[in-house]
Amino acid sequence: MTSAVRKERNAFYARTWGGKNRHYDIFKEGAIALSITAILVVALSALFSSPDDPSLTFKGWAQSAPDNFYATTVQQLAGTSGTATYGPPYNEGDGISVGPLTLQKWGGVTHPVDSVNDLVITPLSSQVEPSNVTDALKAWNAATSDQQTAWATAYDDAVQATADDNGDLHLDAVAKGDYGPVPDLATGLLAMANSGAYDNAMTGQGQFFQTDQTKQLLMMGDGSYMDDIATEKNLQGNTWGMMNEAGSWPGQIWLAFWSVWYQLPMFNNADGGTLTDNADAIIFFILMALILLFILVPWIPGVRDLPRWIPLHRLVWKDYYKKYGRFTS
Amino acid sequence: MSTDTAAESAPAAIEDFQPTTWTGSIRKKWLTTLPPEKMLPENQPAYVSSWIYVFGMLTITALIVVIASGCILTIGGVQWFHESSTGHFVNSLHFWSVQLFFLFMIVHLWGKFWMAAWRGKRGLTWATGAICFMAALATAFTGYTITTNFNAQWIAFEAKDVMNSVALGSWINVTNLGQMVGMHVVLLPLAVVAVVAMHVLLVRKHGVVPPIDALDPEAAVSASAAPSHSADTRSADTGEAATVSGAADATGEVSS
Repeated sequence: MTSAVRKERNAFYARTWGGKNRHYDIFKEGAIALSITAILVVALSALFSSPDDPSLTFKGWAQSAPDNFYATTVQQLAGTSGTATYGPPYNEGDGISVGPLTLQKWGGVTHPVDSVNDLVITPLSSQVEPSNVTDALKAWNAATSDQQTAWATAYDDAVQATADDNGDLHLDAVAKGDYGPVPDLATGLLAMANSGAYDNAMTGQGQFFQTDQTKQLLMMGDGSYMDDIATEKNLQGNTWGMMNEAGSWPGQIWLAFWSVWYQLPMFNNADGGTLTDNADAIIFFILMALILLFILVPWIPGVRDLPRWIPLHRLVWKDYYKKYGRFTS
Repeated sequence: MSTDTAAESAPAAIEDFQPTTWTGSIRKKWLTTLPPEKMLPENQPAYVSSWIYVFGMLTITALIVVIASGCILTIGGVQWFHESSTGHFVNSLHFWSVQLFFLFMIVHLWGKFWMAAWRGKRGLTWATGAICFMAALATAFTGYTITTNFNAQWIAFEAKDVMNSVALGSWINVTNLGQMVGMHVVLLPLAVVAVVAMHVLLVRKHGVVPPIDALDPEAAVSASAAPSHSADTRSADTGEAATVSGAADATGEVSS
């Protein structure tokens, strides 16, 4: 199409329509559409209900996978857990970077989380404990930072060394060593979780009002308990988990354009991808660029011409064309 | 502060109205841009007769049900639907209305794409629709994070990594229930409704775009008056000289 013809056509498209009209009642159409939608929603709700899998608890974790809870507690003390090594906004560290850009650091540490104290020592100190745990707390608090790290790191290494080929830990096979109060602290927290007291301590965090679940969610995610359940429910990112729903309900299908990127081998841990460490950041920027293009479609040559090149519009207006004709070259 | 003025009398036509206040200026601008017959028309162009046109209205009706069910859920509180069968049913209404809202919106969006509905200075209409989709996506996402169940735990835990990876997590903490409730119930719905309102007003202002290769009915009038077919006889696709086949008179008023 020449620019002159394009200009002429656009002027026509922009003008107030001067051709045949038909009666139209926007409020009548709206009332009918609202009725249809409301009936559909009520029918679907009555027939299929909606998903509501109960939230996971630390008590459930401690009872279903006690070894994993115990080992995660040791990792918190040793500073090797996902939370302890996360970086901003929870603690110091580099976090994710893309090339020379240390993006994760740009926002700073705005939600500080001290994995040792917030997730282990403070909850343990918040209630009456057996004497061995009380003594362990005293020993831990009296020790220097270096001593604490030496005990916890040695014990963490010893615990992880018991893992078999499947990754399952065998705590009864932990090598003897100088681990200080760490085993008693981990045993104490496991007992606390088993009784449900750890859930209460983490929910309130010593305050009357508390609506921030960051700390308990980080603790929950550091173990394999929640991750295993998500895998079982097909909710992992590399299995379209971003748009899946637990159970057989429809999920966030509208996130397909985002989820698809996590299926690519380069971003996928299971396929040995090379960009898995910073996949979230790279995919985020790819998506932001695509969203910008999506918004700007009318001004992008080629993209805006696709409807002319693939004339699906003829299906929409076939009756109009039949009655009033259209251009044919 | 006010001054005494004569009683206001309605001007004969809006173009004759000379505003002396901000309010008057806005009234003149509003009525010039969107006169009542454009805002609430009783007619539409004859080409607006396909099921695809219904999906814009269906999207708005689903949004109405989403907001209504969301208001009831807000009264009950975020944990109401775990404890009450009524609450669970209202949650189901909210869940399925959201599903339909996105279904209708995606069909509407693809329909408008293949109809190249941005033609004739309607680019902003498309852009507001696209922004509306994104705002709705953010609203739905925050909704999942406040369900106070396993979904909320898992989605918030996973999503925080995306937010933190680009430093957004420092301000928007998806694991903070209080913050997410505020965003889902107040800020993001306001954004969606504002953008939808802008989108609808733009549609009303510009009218529904004519078919891609429609004949210009006004040019057809002059063409029939002047047998040389000087106007509008090129192909919309190629710009080549074109013949018009099977064309009835496309001009005129309401066809019933």
